[in-house]
Amino acid sequence: MDLGFTEEQEMLRTTARDFLEKECPKSLVKEMAEDEKGYTPELWRKMAELGWMGLAFPEEYGGMGMSFIDLAVLLEEMGRACLPGPFFSTVVLCGFTILEAGNEEQKREFLPKIANGDLILALALTEPSARYDPASIQIKAVPKGDDYLISGTKLFVENAHIADYIICVTRTKNGASPEEGITIFLVDGGSAGISTTLLKTIAGDKQCEVIFDNVRVPKKNMLGELNKGWGVVEKLLEKATAALCAQMVGGAQAALDMSIAYAKERVQFGRPIGSFQAIQHYCANMVTDVDGSKYVTYEAAWKVSNGLPATMEVSMAKAWVSEAYRRVTLLGHQIHGSIGFCMDHDMPLYFKRAKAAEPTFGDADWHREVVAKQLGL
Amino acid sequence: MNLDFTEEQEMLRTSARDFLTTECPKTLVRELEESEKGYSPELWKKMAELGWMGLVIPDKYDGMGMQFMDLAVLLEEMGRNILPGPFFSTVVLGALPILSAGSEEQKKEILPKIAGGKAILTMALTEPSATYEASGVHTKAVARGNSFILNGTKLFVENAHIADYIICVTRTKDGASPEEGITLFLVDAKSPGIKCAVIPTIALDKQCEVVFENVSVPKKNMLGELDKGWPLVARTLEQATMAKCAEMIGGAQAALDMTVAYAKERVQYGRPIGAFQAIQFYLSDMWMKVTMSKNITYEAVWMVSEGLPCTEKVAIAKGWVNDAYKFVTERGVQVHGAIGTTRDHDMGLYYRRAWAADQTFGNTDFQREVVARQMGL
Amino acid sequence: MDFRFAEEEERFREEVRAFLKKEVTEEFLMGLEDRGELDFSREFTKKLAEKGWLAMAWPKEYGGGGATMMEQLIFNEEIGYFQAPTGAHRQGINLIGPTIIAHGTEEQKRRHLRGITAGEVVWCQGFSEPNAGSDLASLQCRAVEEGDDYLITGQKVWTTNAHRADWCHLLARTDPEAPKHRGISYFLVDMKSPGITVRPLINMVAAHDFNEVFLDNVRVPKENMVGDKNQGWYVSQVTLAGERSQIGLPSSCKRTLEGLVEYVKETKRNGEPLAHNPIVRRKLAEMAVEIEVNRMIAYRVAWMQHKGLIPMVAAPASKLFGSELLQRLTGIGMEIMGLYGQLELGSKWAPLRGAMARMHMYSLGIAIAMGTNEIMRNILAIRGLGLPRA
Repeated sequence: MDLGFTEEQEMLRTTARDFLEKECPKSLVKEMAEDEKGYTPELWRKMAELGWMGLAFPEEYGGMGMSFIDLAVLLEEMGRACLPGPFFSTVVLCGFTILEAGNEEQKREFLPKIANGDLILALALTEPSARYDPASIQIKAVPKGDDYLISGTKLFVENAHIADYIICVTRTKNGASPEEGITIFLVDGGSAGISTTLLKTIAGDKQCEVIFDNVRVPKKNMLGELNKGWGVVEKLLEKATAALCAQMVGGAQAALDMSIAYAKERVQFGRPIGSFQAIQHYCANMVTDVDGSKYVTYEAAWKVSNGLPATMEVSMAKAWVSEAYRRVTLLGHQIHGSIGFCMDHDMPLYFKRAKAAEPTFGDADWHREVVAKQLGL
Repeated sequence: MNLDFTEEQEMLRTSARDFLTTECPKTLVRELEESEKGYSPELWKKMAELGWMGLVIPDKYDGMGMQFMDLAVLLEEMGRNILPGPFFSTVVLGALPILSAGSEEQKKEILPKIAGGKAILTMALTEPSATYEASGVHTKAVARGNSFILNGTKLFVENAHIADYIICVTRTKDGASPEEGITLFLVDAKSPGIKCAVIPTIALDKQCEVVFENVSVPKKNMLGELDKGWPLVARTLEQATMAKCAEMIGGAQAALDMTVAYAKERVQYGRPIGAFQAIQFYLSDMWMKVTMSKNITYEAVWMVSEGLPCTEKVAIAKGWVNDAYKFVTERGVQVHGAIGTTRDHDMGLYYRRAWAADQTFGNTDFQREVVARQMGL
Repeated sequence: MDFRFAEEEERFREEVRAFLKKEVTEEFLMGLEDRGELDFSREFTKKLAEKGWLAMAWPKEYGGGGATMMEQLIFNEEIGYFQAPTGAHRQGINLIGPTIIAHGTEEQKRRHLRGITAGEVVWCQGFSEPNAGSDLASLQCRAVEEGDDYLITGQKVWTTNAHRADWCHLLARTDPEAPKHRGISYFLVDMKSPGITVRPLINMVAAHDFNEVFLDNVRVPKENMVGDKNQGWYVSQVTLAGERSQIGLPSSCKRTLEGLVEYVKETKRNGEPLAHNPIVRRKLAEMAVEIEVNRMIAYRVAWMQHKGLIPMVAAPASKLFGSELLQRLTGIGMEIMGLYGQLELGSKWAPLRGAMARMHMYSLGIAIAMGTNEIMRNILAIRGLGLPRA
């Protein structure tokens, strides 16, 4: 057993932290929340040069051949920095889908471009039912000649407005079970019939409503097998959830660090507020939550990374981290008092991200239900 | 609006408190917990002389003709002091349903005995399914000649082992709904075929398993109407639930008072532990829960006393008080430290009663579901 | 005990309710939102004044209605339920008015009270400073005598409505040598005075409610001091005289809960109404319980005040519980809405106009404003339970 990070991973963490502190200051984060695109091509380019987009892709597809746990380290730092932009959707949600389900041709075409930072992708999975189960996939794809025609509405699709390609999860058949009849397509973001509208969300992330109106997709753009896409989605969701937990853990740690620093520096009643027992206990509760979140996330990420069954661990992690991140930011706000309630302050960035991450890929109740099923209930 | 108790109620409270402090010290409480009968006949006699058993029984049946609200005041003091014995089962579960539904003859026969401290009663409602819903009643009563023959097992029947009468809730018909076909009988506890065993419980409060095997009960001992007994049970449960809440708020207040006193007296690091912010926060949260429990209990008790529709308010109160009493005794133990965990310490008496009361007449989840239905969900 | 209101009280409630139903419409609230003045409407405040409700519990001799605390409670409960804007009069009615009545000179009463009861003059409160939050008595803002005036210099912060207010009541240090509570005086300052700069502070909901106020040798006539010199700390304690039940929190939560109940009944997830989900049911029922519990403690506060008692412990408890309840309720609302919970105002997809996320963020501020919940717990423990000071 080895519960530590490798030297390389520690180096990756340090370089990522240094880079993001310099290149992605909170002023940029706030600017991007208001910006329509939500990212800067310069920073995107620099990240590509560092090899981040291809970090976990095999070398044969232009990647660095590193593991999922390495990627988790990077994501943790991104969560800490509140990095805006399409990294998560491009690499985690779409890159992995292509890697998992794509044929050789598709992999050769797309993965190197993703690794180079030449492509931005978005995953169109959820619909107005806002759930992550197969029954929610209602958007239709109907064959017509050499193509499929996709029609329907996808909701909460991050970065669809800037995506070169949208991976769309569709229903191609009404099977005996909802899992049957789901097919995944790689859709050119510029195709006729796609209209995207940005949603106004608390975290200022760029989630979109995407309407597909008879959008034509060539058959060769199918990812994986006809009608058998749900298995791919399920696997992807496991990875994405673990990846999101890593981001959340980074954010929670940052909120804790900020709060401790403030508790040491803010003086009331003639002494730093951190000398008051109430604040000390708040900090103790926060660090307990942050550490608990980290270890349960690392376990899940490790299992994912090693290709082991991880359903239970991933769900335990998301159920725990969803609530822990919220608790940590709430206490962080309480420690900061009024100053933390200002828009200019960094604390709300974390609070809003905690709230936004809570329902993403299923909230705590959803994942507790998964855990209950895994327990045989 | 008037949120104060009357002068008479305040006097009742004071005299009850004084009486119980003198006559029912904690040494007696512990002794009775371990005793077989679970009550002291001497104390029982003195309580009868004070008129407590007949408090809410009308004058014409030798009672004092007071209101349910007055009874609640008395029960609060009993909960505060912890009074072991059959007062609750006799008065709340025995006298009240007889008052509600008994025939003149039944009232004349039994109520004066209760008021005089000469009869101990209990109600046999719950069965091994341990729910308070009509669907949980399976004990059968079948008509034969001038009698009904009772068969079945009742569980968690308080004081059945010392009872003179057991009000048994039976099923006389399988109706369209579980509420249909319920009939109550006033059963002489000495009847052949009744077997009674005390089960060891957390509060050592003499709950029994009662097996009815071909127990013959004269038809004239039916309480209320044939097959239409459920509304009487429901009404009794509302009264009993609020009576239980009254006991619980008394106990919660006592646990709080003990803890506040200890926090002022116990010195660590050169000062009373009550000067530490953490302890102050515990105690202020405890104070809030206790005070809110009282306010919410009084409101619902008043509604029961006035005969107003109160299903929602009763469920609200019990759900809240359950959690509050458990919280207060749990924090109480925490503030007391190791000493509070010993069997000899009084905090444990309250802690154990909080957990016993929690389940009685419906735990918090049960009450929340009642509230949800009342909200139209 | 008797939990019923008297018949005339019920009639009064009906009258208030009918009025609010007519005035505080969805369109009205959305109009305020569009102006970025969610909780602020001079027009609405004036209408309340015309009804005679604004200062209803003030003594008649000062332009009040002489109403009982229970009537005031009923009024505040309805205002809270309709989530009506009170920002234009809250300070004047609850804080500064009662302070002037208790400690002001005849001249101050003549000059200021009418503007408050008529809903014409908006007040803000200059108490907090960058280094004086919970520890308010350590404030540094200085007032120096010069002839018939004081010159006030310093910085105030979190000053709600400073950018809209006509007047400010503020605390400034008049004796820097004295122990910190004993060198403070209480001033009434015209916000149009030269030397005052108001700088906006945008809160995390992106709204402009509070401000920084910079005072640079602001000349304030001596007659604008309330109470004696160096007695300001004690004068400011009177601000606790108004109706203190905080009933508005649970009654506003009740409205929000009703909205959520409607939402879960009509929203289906894969064909099944959310209202059938046992977790949703339990959460909403829990909120109904907490709202009722909160309402009862608030009633108790008003009842004590009604009888002339000071709800030393119950009042902070009500605020403490109410603010945490709002946090839980709106958090649960967001949870139940799932991904939709994160949508803000102005999205066609946003349930309940996107109010849930906004209220949830606002709840963070409420747990901090007017005495943080930590200070409230200390007050409870020390004043209520008699525990020793740390």
